[in-house]
Amino acid sequence: MDKSFRFQTSLKHARGFGSGKSGTTHFWQQRVTGVAALLLSLVYVVLLIKLQGDDYPAVVATLGNPFVAVLMLAFLGVSVWHMKIGMQVIIEDYVNQPLLRVLALMVNSFFSALVGIASAVALIKITFGA
Amino acid sequence: MADARLAASRPLSPHLQVFRFILTMAMSIVHRITGGFLYVGTVFVAVWLVAAASGPEWFARVDGLYQTWIGRLILLGLVWSLIHHAIGGIRHFAWDLGYGFDPKTANLFALFNLVAGLVLTGIVAVAAFIFA
Repeated sequence: MDKSFRFQTSLKHARGFGSGKSGTTHFWQQRVTGVAALLLSLVYVVLLIKLQGDDYPAVVATLGNPFVAVLMLAFLGVSVWHMKIGMQVIIEDYVNQPLLRVLALMVNSFFSALVGIASAVALIKITFGA
Repeated sequence: MADARLAASRPLSPHLQVFRFILTMAMSIVHRITGGFLYVGTVFVAVWLVAAASGPEWFARVDGLYQTWIGRLILLGLVWSLIHHAIGGIRHFAWDLGYGFDPKTANLFALFNLVAGLVLTGIVAVAAFIFA
């Protein structure tokens, strides 16, 4: 059929049915985590300034505050996801050798997961008062 | 895979080095580089948090490393990366919404990104110094 008679637009393909079968998911996740990280990073920077010069008990008390812990967990969670899918794009752009590319993508996932889990365990341990 | 000799005889598309240097181009790559810095920088945050969760001795050890001049320099670089990348992100949101594509606005916003990133980093550094 002539293209001009079609009622379908390319949006159909963009929404989940492109060649990668993921459509605009990656793009959209990058934006959502970007907005979240932008807002939460304000809290993070203020916290960083506040913690300057604090001794150990003061730092643990601040990080153990449930409000701080929740916001920090949220910040680290969205940041780790944002950086994971961001680094994925960088790898896909620059690493052309297939095996190396797959390995780099895997290492990216492992690194991001490890950083996220380590930070989360530490924050949860502190906030539950251990 | 394509034959190597054949690939070599094909005309190459213009690559990075043939373009005249422009600010938006530089800010684009700096956005990606600061993202890369922040990627590595999360290790510093994770290690610091794990140290804090592991008790006063570990915390003192890690915090001591971060207090050295090279540690402070790295942390300041990461603060700049975060702020620069955040403002760069706002530029991307503006473009996503369809604003700021004309060269004049794009250049102005790129310059703003660079200057505001440095100024805000300075303000954070001074604030941190006052609190310390």
